[in-house]
Amino acid sequence: MSTSLEDKELIVVTVVGADRTGIVAGITNVLAGLNVNIEDISQTVLRGFFAMILIADMSKATCSLRELREKLEVKAKELGVEVFVQHASIFRAMHRV
Amino acid sequence: MPIVAHPSEIVETIEMIRYLKFDVRAATLSLSLMDCATSDLKLMLSLVEEKLKSILPGFVEAVDEVAERFGVPIVNKRLSVTPLSVLAEPYASKSLEDGRRALVELASTIDSTVGECDVDYVGGFSAYVARGSTPGDQALLSCIADVLSSTERLFSSINAAQTGIGVNVDAIYEVSKQVKRLSELTPKGIGCVKLGVFANLPEDVPFMPGAHHGPNMPSEALHIAISGPGVVEHAIKARCQGKSLTEVFEEVKRVVFKITRAGELIGKEIAERIGVKLCTVDLSLAPSPTIGDSVADIIEAMGVESFGAPGTLAALALLTEGLRRGGAMATTNVGGFSGVMLPGSEDLGLTDAIKRGSASLWCLVACCSICSTGLDMVCIPGDTPVEVIAGLMADVLSIGVMNSKAVGVRVIPVPGAKPGDEVDFGGLLGRSVVLDVGGFTPRDFICRRGEIPHYKHRW
Repeated sequence: MSTSLEDKELIVVTVVGADRTGIVAGITNVLAGLNVNIEDISQTVLRGFFAMILIADMSKATCSLRELREKLEVKAKELGVEVFVQHASIFRAMHRV
Repeated sequence: MPIVAHPSEIVETIEMIRYLKFDVRAATLSLSLMDCATSDLKLMLSLVEEKLKSILPGFVEAVDEVAERFGVPIVNKRLSVTPLSVLAEPYASKSLEDGRRALVELASTIDSTVGECDVDYVGGFSAYVARGSTPGDQALLSCIADVLSSTERLFSSINAAQTGIGVNVDAIYEVSKQVKRLSELTPKGIGCVKLGVFANLPEDVPFMPGAHHGPNMPSEALHIAISGPGVVEHAIKARCQGKSLTEVFEEVKRVVFKITRAGELIGKEIAERIGVKLCTVDLSLAPSPTIGDSVADIIEAMGVESFGAPGTLAALALLTEGLRRGGAMATTNVGGFSGVMLPGSEDLGLTDAIKRGSASLWCLVACCSICSTGLDMVCIPGDTPVEVIAGLMADVLSIGVMNSKAVGVRVIPVPGAKPGDEVDFGGLLGRSVVLDVGGFTPRDFICRRGEIPHYKHRW
């Protein structure tokens, strides 16, 4: 049985920077290593930069949101991109009535 | 249907935070200290310290956690307390000197305790004196400069005028003297940024210096102040080229709705974690002295060549109304000022407009009829007579009284400075240009003392 949306702890990971090989792999590896399950990946453009958006479920994660952000920021620095990690509810609040 | 939001909506949020300076300006915990009130000073000080130490660390932790969770910066953690004039009453009733001593010690205790708990600012060195003053109020009014020059984080607000009551010129004159003294006691007159005199001061303001735990409040409550001038300016520049004013209004409404919803969510989450009620979200557009966070720039983005040119008030009216309509839909309880703020030194676009000569002191006074904080963070020459300061305050507060709106005055007489001089306060206080107050005085008017009564049909 699949987990319902209510049981999930959805976060949004947004990676912004110049498009290059290895960004998706680098970021998703960090998530997999911490047992954060990716639910959806999409991409768009922000101010001319490549923006990758990952929706992930942290309900079974082996770390806190803060630790995840710290690890992703280290990886993002290596990859030369910026990363933003936010609980999904902020986007629902701002963009849905 | 995307499971969270459309990718374009997600990057819109990221853009607001990363590039357009969207943040929560303050989470303000509003706290009653009435349970600490006693005529035993030593006991009162220990009760206050104990209460603050038992509540503030949890508040600070909750704010940090929530900022982390949503990835939205929360710039300040603030506290507002019961107007201290009330707690000074038993002492001031014995003698003015006893009242002053109690207030000085109470202020010092609160200031240092708040600092130890990592709370940025505390508001509540306050009194309501529109109709007249009690011994506690008089003691407080007489020691504002001493207290604010010897504390770091404490702010003072005096409600000296009220629609339906009038303007208390006696109180305004006393505050003017304190402003003048405070400017002499602190470098560049910087202490004056911690003192505001108001008409119709809302009891639920999260912004300094107006914040205090006013009437009609539960014992503990949370207020949130959002801030996004950069977001509004960008929306107008990016999406309203060649559009009508009606369409600009719609765009303002739309973006303010979004940032207010973020503020509401953040407020609810903090409130829930510390077990208090989220009382209000203050919708005010509050600039900060960084590029791209200016209200004056929004007015110019609408098409007014330089802030202060004819059309400025009309543009401010459009902005204010759009802000309120968008924000009111987004949050259950709108509170505080919820208007457009124009803090002189903190709005770099306004500072530029003053330098260009398009915004004068009287232009800023006229803006008080629409903007929420009134004549705010405005630098005037250090040798401005007390009566001229009092006259300015009486003028602005009269605008508030006659138009049933909240408005205040926070002026900084800068010692040694002349009109046109630039003053840099550093950090979040920004920089400004000293404005010309003119060469004439209302001395004989102000020195008549008394009040300017106001009648409002109440039943």
